[in-house]
Parts: sequence; C-alpha cells; structure tokens
Amino acid sequence: MGSHSPKEDVGKHSIKQAPKSGNTAFKLVLAAVAMFGFGFALVPLYDVFCEITGINGKITGPVERVEHWVDTSRTIKVQFITTNNAGMPWEFDALQEQVKVHPGAWTQAEFWALNPTKEDMVGQAVPSVSPSEATEYVQKTECFCFSQQSLKAGEGRNMPLIFSIDPRLPPHIRTITMSYTIFDAGAFAE
Amino acid sequence: MTTATAHHDDHGHHGPAKGIMRWVLTTNHKDIGSMYLWFSFTMLFIGGAMALIIRSELFQPGMQLIEPEFFNQMTTMHGLIMVFGVVMPAFVGLANWMVPLMVGAPDMALPRMNNWSFWILPFAFGMLLLTLFTEAGAPNFGWTFYAPLSTTYAPSSVTFFIFGVHMMGISSIMGAINIVVTILNLRAPGMTLMKMPLFVWTWLITAYLLIAVMPVLAGVVTMMLMDIHFGTSFFDAAGGGDPVLFQHVFWFFGHPEVYIMILPAFGIVSQIIPTFARKPLFGYASMVYATSSIAFLSFIVWAHHMFTVGLPLETELFFMYATMLIAIPTGVKVFNWVSTMFRGSMTFETPMLFALAFVVLFTIGGFSGLMLAIAPADFQYHDTYFVVAHFHYVLVPGALFGIIAGVYYWLPKWTGNYYDEKLGKFHFWMSFIGVNVTFFPMHFIGLAGMPRRIPDYALQFADFNAIATVGAFIFGFSQLVLLYVVIKSIRGGEKATDEVWEGAEGLEWTIPSPAPYHTFAEPPHVK
Amino acid sequence: MFSRTWQRLSSVVLGLFLSPAIMADWELNMPQGVTDISQSIYDLHMLIFWICVWIGVVVFGVMFYSIFAHRKSKGAKASQFHESLGLELLWTALPTAILIAMAVPATTTLIKMYDTTDAQVDIKITGHQWKWQYDYLGEDVGFFSNLTTSQDEIYDRTAKGDNYLLEVDKHVVVPTGQKIRFLITSNDVIHAWWVPEIAVKKDAIPGYINESWALIPEGKEGLYRGQCAELCGVDHGFMPIVLEAVTEDQYQIWLDDQRAAAEAQAAAALGDFSHEQLMVKGAEVYARSCAACHGAEGEGMGSVFPALAGSAIATGDMAEHIDIVLNGKQGTAMQAFAAQLGEVDLAAVITYERNAWGNDAGDTVTPKMIIDAKQ
Repeated sequence: MGSHSPKEDVGKHSIKQAPKSGNTAFKLVLAAVAMFGFGFALVPLYDVFCEITGINGKITGPVERVEHWVDTSRTIKVQFITTNNAGMPWEFDALQEQVKVHPGAWTQAEFWALNPTKEDMVGQAVPSVSPSEATEYVQKTECFCFSQQSLKAGEGRNMPLIFSIDPRLPPHIRTITMSYTIFDAGAFAE
Repeated sequence: MTTATAHHDDHGHHGPAKGIMRWVLTTNHKDIGSMYLWFSFTMLFIGGAMALIIRSELFQPGMQLIEPEFFNQMTTMHGLIMVFGVVMPAFVGLANWMVPLMVGAPDMALPRMNNWSFWILPFAFGMLLLTLFTEAGAPNFGWTFYAPLSTTYAPSSVTFFIFGVHMMGISSIMGAINIVVTILNLRAPGMTLMKMPLFVWTWLITAYLLIAVMPVLAGVVTMMLMDIHFGTSFFDAAGGGDPVLFQHVFWFFGHPEVYIMILPAFGIVSQIIPTFARKPLFGYASMVYATSSIAFLSFIVWAHHMFTVGLPLETELFFMYATMLIAIPTGVKVFNWVSTMFRGSMTFETPMLFALAFVVLFTIGGFSGLMLAIAPADFQYHDTYFVVAHFHYVLVPGALFGIIAGVYYWLPKWTGNYYDEKLGKFHFWMSFIGVNVTFFPMHFIGLAGMPRRIPDYALQFADFNAIATVGAFIFGFSQLVLLYVVIKSIRGGEKATDEVWEGAEGLEWTIPSPAPYHTFAEPPHVK
Repeated sequence: MFSRTWQRLSSVVLGLFLSPAIMADWELNMPQGVTDISQSIYDLHMLIFWICVWIGVVVFGVMFYSIFAHRKSKGAKASQFHESLGLELLWTALPTAILIAMAVPATTTLIKMYDTTDAQVDIKITGHQWKWQYDYLGEDVGFFSNLTTSQDEIYDRTAKGDNYLLEVDKHVVVPTGQKIRFLITSNDVIHAWWVPEIAVKKDAIPGYINESWALIPEGKEGLYRGQCAELCGVDHGFMPIVLEAVTEDQYQIWLDDQRAAAEAQAAAALGDFSHEQLMVKGAEVYARSCAACHGAEGEGMGSVFPALAGSAIATGDMAEHIDIVLNGKQGTAMQAFAAQLGEVDLAAVITYERNAWGNDAGDTVTPKMIIDAKQ
C-alpha cells in the first residue's frame, strides 16, 4: 500500500468546506437517529391511535364498575366467538353463544378452557370486537383476557367475563361480536 | 505513507491509481459513481434472471420448473434486489457522477464516507444472495415481509435478511447525507437553489426522504429481530403485540420509498426533454414545488396499501382522499413535460426516446395508481396482478427507463465517446415492446381475478400469462444490448464534443468529454 | 436428471401450442358481480377508467402532435416560452375538480360497504395454512374447506379439470336474498378472503376479527369462486374459496343435512372398521389433508416438512403418533387436526400413515381409540 491513493488529493478540496459540511452532516446524522427512534415511537403512538379509533377492536381495561342508566328501550345482541391460534391445543369455548343485553346493564358471560396436553401451559386470550366502531363502548370490569391463564396438564376451568355496553352506543349498532383468540403464551410467561 | 501523500499533494491533477486498489480505496466521485452503476447493472441481471424464472414457471398452468417454496423465494429476492440493489444504487451512482458536475463542486462533500457507503452494498447483497444456498432457503415472505409470516413463521435465513437490510439502509443513509451536504455546501458561487438543475433538486428531496424513512425501515427490522431472538412481542399477539402494527410501520417507510424510486427519474427526464426539444423546461418553479408536495404527501398516504386490513371508515376515507391528492402535483409534472415539448424543435436520440416512453408509460402507471386510490375499487384490485401491473409500470418504464435514459444521456460525457445510436434505438424499441407485452396483460389478469404471488393459477388466466412471459424474455434479453452498447462506448467510438448534445445546458457540458478525473478544482461562476 | 429436465422443457414447448385450446373463456375486465356493492364498485372502476382514458387522450394527443409537428427534421424552430401562470393554475384546478367529483361516489360506496348492521346470517371464516374454516354462528354447523385439485393435475401428470385450483371439497353455502355477515380471522399468518363476484375481500389476521358483508339477490343462485389474496406461505396459491348461493329453502335443508351428517359421523365412529377399509379411506384423507406438505408418497418437503415414510413416529409408538396428529406439534408447522377431521378420518389416516409406503407398524388405529385419545 505504499502507492498513493487519490483520496488525499480530493480531501484537499473538501477540507476547505469541512467545518460547514461537517456541521450539516452531523445534523443529518442526528435526524437519521431521531427517525430510528421515531420508528419505535410509532409503537405507543399506534396504541393511542387504536384507542381513539377502536381499530382492531383493542380493548383496554379493566374499568371501574360504574352504574349507568340502563337503556331498556333497545336490546343489543352480543355474540361470543372463540378461536384457537395455531399450535394451541386447548379446548376453548364460550359457554353461551350469544346474550341479549340492554345497554348499561352489567352482564356476566362464562368461557371454558381445558388443557388436554400432558404439560402445564400458559395461554393468553386476545380480545377483538366487531364492528370496531363499537369497541369504545364495550366496558369490562373482569375478563380472562386481561392476564395470562395458566392451566396444569389436563386441567379445565370456567373463566368469567363481566361487561356492559355503554348506553351512548350509536343507535345503528344492534349486534356486537366479541371475539377471543387463545394463543400459547409459553414464550411470554410472566 | 505520509511522505507519499506530501509528495503527491504537490501535484495538481493526476489520474487515478492503478490496479484493483484504485477501486477499493477510491474517494473519487466519478469512480464511486461508476462502481454504483456497475453494481446496479450486475444486480439488474441477477434480479432479472429471477424474474425470468418466475415468468417461466407462470408460462402455463401447473407446476413445471420449480416448487412453490422456491417460487416464493424468487418473488421475495426479485423484489428486494430490484428495489434496494438496482434502482436505488443506480440513482445514487448517477448522483455521484452528476451532482458535483451539475453544481460545480470538485467532489462529493464527504468522499471517505462515499467510499464506505458503496462498499457496504456488495457485502449486504452477497449475504442476502448466499441465503439461497442454505438449507432453509432464502427469505420467502415477499419483499414487504409482513409479520407474522416473516417472524414466527419465517425460515432461519430471516436473520441474514435483517442484517442485509440494516447494511443497505446504512449505505443509503450515508449516501443521502453525502448528497444533501454536497448540494447545500458545495454549490459553485452564483448557483442559487432555484438555479439548480432539476436532477439536483429531485435528488435533494429524495435524499431528505431517505434520511427520514430508511431509519424507520431499520427500526422495523430491528423489532423483527427482537421478536425472533430476544422474546419481545412487537408483532406477536400472544405477547400483546399486533401484526397490523408491522404494516403501519413498514408502509410508513414503504410509501416514501416508492417516491425515492421515482423522483430522481423525474429529475433525469426533466433534464433530457428540454435538451432534445431545444427549449427551456416549462414551469421550472412549479416542477420544484410539485416534487416537494409529492414528497410531503408521501408521508400521509401509507395506509392506502392497507385498505383491506380492516381500518375504521374514517381512516380509510382520509387515506383515500390524501392519496387522490397526489394525482395533482404528479399531473402538473406531466403537463409541464408535454408543454416543454410543445413548439420545441425536437430530435429523437435514444435518451429522448426513453424519456418520451417514460412520460407515456409512467403516466399509465399513474392512472392505474389513481384507480387503486379509490378505496372501494381497491377491495377488488388489492393484491392482484392489477397491482403488479401498476407498480411495474411505474418502476420499469418509470424508474428503470429514467435511469437508462440518463445513462445514454451522460454516457458520452463519461466515456468521451458517443454510443452506437443504431444499437441504442434497437435497444429502446426492444425494451419498449418487451415492457408493454410483459406488463400490459397483467392489468387484464388482475382485473379478471388473479391474485399476486401465486406459483400456479386457474386456467382462465393462461393466455395472458403466456404472453407476459414472452414479453419478459424479450425485455430481459434486450438489456444485454445495453451492456454491449456501454462496453462499446467505453472502448471507443465517435469522439464526443464537450457539449455532447446540441441543446444541452448546464455546467456538466462545459467540461471536456470524457470528464477529467478531477473537475471544478476552481469553482465556476454561475451567472 | 437430464430426462426429467427434458420432459419439463418439452411440456413447456408443447404448452405453447396447446394453450389457446385450453382457454376458451378469458376475461379482460373486473366482474360486475352479483351484489349491489359489486355493481357499484364496477361502476366506480369504469368511471375512473374512462376519466383516465380521456385525460390520456388529451395529454398524449398534445404530446404526439408536438412529436409529429414540432420536430427539427421538419424545420421546427423552438420557441422559448417557459412559463404561464394561467396554464399552471388551470391544470391544478381542473384535476382537483375531477378528483372531488370522483371522491363523492367513492365515499358513498365505501360507507355502504362498512354498514354490516342487521345481518341475517353470520359466518365466521378462519384462515389456516392452507385452507379455510367456516362456522355458521348459532347454527351448530362448521367445517373445513380444502382444495380438491389433485397433485397429479398440478404437476401435469393428468389433464387439468375445468375448475383447476378453484375447487374445494366443501362449499361455503349461503342463502340468497339475505344479508350475510362474514367475520374473518386467522389461525396463523395473515390471509385474505376474496370472492370477486360479491366484491368481498378482507384480511384474516390472527387475534383480530374483521367483518364484511354481502347480499346476493334472489335469482342469483350459483357458484362463485375466489382465492386467498395475501401471501401466507408456500401453499398460498392453493387455498381457494367456493361460495355456493342457494335459495333460502335449500339453505335450511342444507343446514339440516350438515347437522344430520355430523351426527351420523359421530355414530359411525362407534362402529367397527376393518384394517383394509381404514387403509382405503386413509389414502383419500391423506391426499386431501396431508399430501400438500408431507408429499404424495410421504417423502416430505424441504427442511420444514419431514418425511413420513420410514419416520420414527409413523412406525413407532402409536399413542405418540395419535397425539401429534390430534394436537399438532408446538414450534413446528404441524397443525392440530382434532377439530379438522372426524374420528373415522383421523383413525383412517393414521392407520394409513403407519402402513403405507413401506411403513410396517402393522397395527390398526380404530375410531374408538381416537375418541378415547380426545378425552
């Protein structure tokens, strides 16, 4: 490497500009680093966005139990559906397919889970509401989906859900579907 | 070493070093520009070969040549290579060559970083390509790598993919920083921003887009890496994550990325059309404003890629309206190009032919883009061959024709020799026919209901698929003509004048052809 | 090796000459479909299409006129104008007006598409790698729907049927004249459920429920075919949808039949089956539910899907084999089939796997053993 390389030669030209160029470059690097951070900031921002719009039916909870006025003038059909994610061998069912409720009334629903395997397992139910517009009106004081559920090998259990539909629910919504998908949460066990 | 440097510094101008180390150690913007262009050209043939494998399998219904798993690897690698390995490096290469010449700078502002940002690329793509030979195979989840297919369900090569993306991201960011710094700080006296050639303008805006979104891409693959190896759950619902979040973050990067791949081509075409129409560019200022508004809008339209994921109505409407807005500045650009030609004095050398094809075919891609923006209709178009036709129209006769036009336009300045005009025209017509025969039928099969990314299809799609495959081979093999033309021009040919083209304006045409190794050591004065 | 390549090449060349004969009816445009929504979407599509065509005609018209008339070879002298505020304003304002005119019907249609209220039939659709599962809410009817196109057709060993790659073993049956709501989710990766004729396309996302709806008018009974529209892995191209629209009466009869069939199947599981009976049935079930991953001859595929021929599980402990088929294997692509297949099918396919392709476990798995294992 005894031979010269042309870079020194060019370096001479740019050295004149160096302070200013270095300054601009530094700011741009900062901008790039900030945008990398912004990518991660999108995660909490997205959660906020979801809460506002009800996108994907994400429900935050639990809420304090508040006694609303009960709107007996209308009845909402609430359907419960359950899904097992791939690789989740539990039996997982809603014990009632649907209930009819008046907005404002507190209702309890029961779900059943059974671990048929020979190993202890941890499951996490992920809730989702359809139509997503209804999400913000579904209030839960208790839900098995708020935390991970542990079942020993062969163990089965009833799991409660206590919810109410906010009476401010827009009048065109007459059916709400509450979906729960059970995932194997062994990798995320708390 | 120090003495050698001191010694050589006494010389004013001298040529490049000899041997391979010239290329490894070079900090000369022309050398690096050439390397970027050759790298991109090489990747074009690799990614193109993959495209031909895909088209061969799709020539007729049934699986004949490859297995579905390998087909998915091919579509994924084809997309990644064409986006990150061909179009982006080619634009950076053109910027390296031409931006200093156009603004009257002696070199790029940060020459050593320039060297690094190029030399990262062969390693990034080498790593990506080597995954093809691993037992698990190459990434197979599409170039959009949606979670959880790319996380929980990914082949083990995904980790190499992630590092590859990190490396090309760092390369792009460094390249972009260099371009911004060069444009902002090294312009010749008198070269005000609003006197800059449009290629410089579009690249300046592109570079800002790159600095804004490549780190977001780096963020999203880092989240994937953490999900796969470190037990986080950004995208895994089992741990409280959300696969749809992936798409939001990805497309926050992805949509500006789409414009990163087209804005410099706008710039190139805006240089070429005035030259061959012998008439100043119509609406220079509005071109600058249109480009800036396109860049701004690109940040608020990302969810139009996600119309079917179940967004709330209001969100869907917002993104539909915002997307439709993009048609306005884009339209302004097309109208300006046409007005530039109007009452000009036109000749039709190869660069102009490619530029004209660009205007027509890119606009067709823009039209299908406008159709895709209509959210209700997008429910039918989404993830079909109509989308494939759309983005290939904006990327092949759009971005790629823009690059090829630029190569023909500047080749005499680079090599000092005119290229073979007859072969250039032959290359143009073969490419033009090939590109339309390949991609136009895809509109039909998409509308008729063929989903994208499938290795085999129902019988009613067979005719147009067969035609598209024939077109793909015509287009693919035509590019060998370009290779031949470039090599021929390097080795000799009619000597080019300094001005090269009769109607050409700008600093790059004031220096000798071929451009000396060092130019503008003394900055020129721009009136 | 060479002969195989040669075979493939010659089939490609032959295909070049044969292909026009195969395809009689190809389509150029989006289907108008059978629902109001699909018709509205088609109208929007055509409207925006013609707007684009007319803009194209005008713009390219000017351009080609210039190319023709203002060329140097014809002695054209370049004028030097390069600005016109009036023109710039005109071609900003005009497209804006067109876009607003376009946005109005698009918005109306989108609002209609989002109105899922008051559906009479609710069908839950679950995407799996690589099949669809349908559950009729409140009807106690549910099933999986698998591709029936054979591997022989796909690999060109026999002629392809008319509905090549668009045929399934169980259609999703819906009544006409009723509003049907689709609740779409996924069991693994993201899929998308798409039937062009009713203009329903919605992503199926694990953990989340999406909804869409269709009302197929009376008189539009028939079969409507669709496909998965989101890349979901190796067999993404092999999980079609067949929607069968029938009259309300036929729909009720079909529901009853489904329930009766389920009962009959449960009862049959208590009966006796010979080894030979199970082997025959097992071969059918295997071809439909297992061959796509484990290979037609149990040879496996790539590094993800292990061979069953000669495998330690398929020739080893029977209880372990049953457990894997019923409950899947965590951390691998092996799914749980307990809910997907009936007891008889499960017993048959496990028996088949243990005794086909040179596997010589020599034992028989009976439906009763499956019932016990499920307890």
